[in-house]
Amino acid sequence: MCATCGCSGAVGAESAMLGVHEHGHSHDHDHHHGHEHDHDHGHEDPHAAAGPDSTVARTVLLEQEILGKNRLLAERNRGWLEGREIFAVNLMSSPGSGKTTLLERTLRDLGKQVVVSVIEGDQETRLDAERIRGAGARVVQINTGTGCHLDAQMLGRALHELEPAVGSLLFVENVGNLVCPALFDLGESTRVVIASTTEGEDKPLKYPHMFRAADLIVLNKVDLLPHLTFDVERFTAHVRLVNPTAKVLQVSASRGDGLPEWYRWLAARRPSARPSS
Amino acid sequence: MHELSISQGIVESVCEAVPEGKVLAVTVEIGQLSGVVADSVRFCFDACAQGTRVEGARLDIVDVPGRGRCGSCNREMAMPELVTRCPCGNPFLDILGGRELRIRAVEVT
Repeated sequence: MCATCGCSGAVGAESAMLGVHEHGHSHDHDHHHGHEHDHDHGHEDPHAAAGPDSTVARTVLLEQEILGKNRLLAERNRGWLEGREIFAVNLMSSPGSGKTTLLERTLRDLGKQVVVSVIEGDQETRLDAERIRGAGARVVQINTGTGCHLDAQMLGRALHELEPAVGSLLFVENVGNLVCPALFDLGESTRVVIASTTEGEDKPLKYPHMFRAADLIVLNKVDLLPHLTFDVERFTAHVRLVNPTAKVLQVSASRGDGLPEWYRWLAARRPSARPSS
Repeated sequence: MHELSISQGIVESVCEAVPEGKVLAVTVEIGQLSGVVADSVRFCFDACAQGTRVEGARLDIVDVPGRGRCGSCNREMAMPELVTRCPCGNPFLDILGGRELRIRAVEVT
């Protein structure tokens, strides 16, 4: 639908005019949204009689999603992953929540049962990739430079470089940031947000886009609770306000609390880990 | 700052969709619940447009208000923030509108 006037059709249509969306023309033909097309329109355009004039401004209606290209690439990644029964987990959190520590521990604990590989996103350095490699997994590092998030194109390139095995488990460690990664679908199978007890209980309310988009919230560093004023119930109540259905798992990646439940959660969702296959 | 990527996306999409002519203005819709800050897009847009046919173009931003529906009482209401509580007490609304991030139109010569 044309959002300018509410008419059906006419997307990508041109009408020669100066800033005002007039409707002297009719929309009686179907065509798809957002693509380029150069056919002549059957619009009865009040200005058309004047003929094309390169000095006159004309308005081109686009009605195009700004993130449309990312969405298409994400769907391509999703299809590629599903075809290979690869379960891809997009891990998102603020810096310092313990993403890499949780990954290292997960790799050590699950590495003998399932092939696990990792795509590491950071603005700079290969430090995390080296830690992951040290834990025994294949890893590709993406440095985003000034970029504050991974996008579907970056993931697509990394997938081709990494070539994760059929039926394997893939972790995508997004750039440490609770804002930007929420907006960019990568084509992942599931989204997991990691928060930690050393952050505030109000993080879900401050970053609602991130927490709303999550399938699972992992609360890390619960071993530190005796030394902190962090109130787990309060945190969980805040999660419920932005995401009533996401499960909240309490873990300590360094001490091992709650990790069996984390592994069960992963296994229950991984297509090749289900009993039928 | 994801608004930089958003601004780059706008400039690239416009250049692809309008292969010739000088771009004078771009109209985009930014929903209140999209997670994108209009002022930041404005800030980044000029920089992203430099050296392209969009350089110097005016950026018109249409704010699309957030709308939500309560799953408990089925009431529809304005939803200015993601965390908006229904008067019936339900703290979680389904989003009906306000997530838009769309290029509406381009003015070219």
